[in-house]
Amino acid sequence: MIAAFAFYLFAGVMMTSGLLTIVARNPVHSVLWLILAFFNAAGLMVLTGAEFIAMLLVIVYVGAVAVLFLFVVMMLDIDFSAMRAGFIRNAPLGVLLALVLFGELFLGIVVHSAGNLALGHAASASVTPATVSNTAAIGALLYTRYLFEFEAAGMILLVAMIGAIMLTHRERGDKRGQNAAHQIARRPQDATVNVQPEVGKGVSL
Amino acid sequence: MIPILQYTGLPFGGAWVLATVIEILLIMLPVMLAVAIVIYVDRKIWAAMALRRGPNVVGPFGVLQSFADAVKVFLQETIIPAAANKALFLIAPIITFTVAMLAWAVMPFAKGVVLADINVGLLYILAVSSLGVYGVVIAGWASNSKYPFFSAMRAAAQMISYEVSIGFILVCVVLWAGSFNVGAIVEAQRGFGFGVINGFWCSPLLFPVWVMFLISSLAETQRAPFDLTEAESELVAGYQTEYSSMAFALYWLGEYANVLLMCALNATLFWGGYLPPLNFPVFYLVPGLIWLIAKILFGFFLFSWIKATVPRYRYDQLMRLGWKIFLPLSLGFVVVISGYLMATGHFA
Repeated sequence: MIAAFAFYLFAGVMMTSGLLTIVARNPVHSVLWLILAFFNAAGLMVLTGAEFIAMLLVIVYVGAVAVLFLFVVMMLDIDFSAMRAGFIRNAPLGVLLALVLFGELFLGIVVHSAGNLALGHAASASVTPATVSNTAAIGALLYTRYLFEFEAAGMILLVAMIGAIMLTHRERGDKRGQNAAHQIARRPQDATVNVQPEVGKGVSL
Repeated sequence: MIPILQYTGLPFGGAWVLATVIEILLIMLPVMLAVAIVIYVDRKIWAAMALRRGPNVVGPFGVLQSFADAVKVFLQETIIPAAANKALFLIAPIITFTVAMLAWAVMPFAKGVVLADINVGLLYILAVSSLGVYGVVIAGWASNSKYPFFSAMRAAAQMISYEVSIGFILVCVVLWAGSFNVGAIVEAQRGFGFGVINGFWCSPLLFPVWVMFLISSLAETQRAPFDLTEAESELVAGYQTEYSSMAFALYWLGEYANVLLMCALNATLFWGGYLPPLNFPVFYLVPGLIWLIAKILFGFFLFSWIKATVPRYRYDQLMRLGWKIFLPLSLGFVVVISGYLMATGHFA
């Protein structure tokens, strides 16, 4: 009973906040609804027993990705009337996209319910025994059977990151950087001079 | 507790819900009381280090100062700026406060005494603490005011930066303990140093990690010397500039609850949690909860000490420390520690 209640709570809030992500007028509100949707998706994953994935979803998406979204969106200076101006012009394209997506989803469900699509266990996959926690199970799979795919994914991400930094990094000629070690090594006697000038005579610095 | 409630004739579901609610209150109320007292302790320590008296008027030695402040703040009018985004403006302090309370769910107070004994406990703490940034960011944006907004930007960048190194530090601890469960991590520290010392801090490989954790937790909770989000000489009062009354008090409580949580985490991960500091039978006569509270308070004393003595960092120095020093160092320690554990057959 409690599990069913939790499922309908998480699922309901997730659907609602997903919808509000799209309809919210203010982009900041939109991002916040999206975060709520992520959070409830994590709740659903806990219910299915995938607690490791659920925590990762919260840490990675809610804790890092969405913060950066919010960061960018908050700094935008948005003119709402200008955003709504092109609505009628773009509406046919939107409807077309929606129809295509709906068609694909519908097709998928029809094929699945007709039994032509095996979504369960792959032929050689085995269910993890109940004694192994799913963190350990995922770790064991990632580092043995899917080691190459895992490392390749990591490599692709690394290349993408370096690429993004290279594309946006701009070396300015007049940059004056600070060398922390140099600053710490400075002592008062190197930086200051103690003089007793005679009356009527200046100091040359 | 569930069997006792079932004895009174409740069905299991009802007994479970009621027992959980009672357990939550058993954790939350003492934590809130501790926050009130710890604010007083902080001010007293700070005053003593500055050769002042500190709060000494309300109650004996001023111990009731926090409660007097709470009553004062409670009786004030809540002012919401006309240009603010009202709903978000009010939700933000609630998020900060709630998140500070949430993470206590997986904290073990004695062997097996924990509200939620989940096997991803440490990840849960990391997930919950990563939510803390929203309270600050939303407050900064919803206030619709310059300084809070600057402060929110700083807070977001600062908390994300240090969360990365905290993540790697936690990985070091998890590698050694072999579990994400907080209770199991505490048990792994029993007799860790030569069978005598309880706690991960005494290992030469984990001691530097502990130092990094302490500094990162200062940055994560935005305490001095990393309190740039409320640097009064630059940003008025930071993200809480526009807040008044209870909304302001919620930030105050949430901030200190976060500090206490970080102290508790430090005590649990590196100082052996509810275990006594030395693994001698005579020390086990003292209940584990007393040891845990003593360790949390000692950690809090360190926090206050640092706040009273260390000047504030510059923002670029803070970022440099986070990304250029702590990130490579903590990543290096993950490699070194896993290599050491591999070589000594720890995983076999």
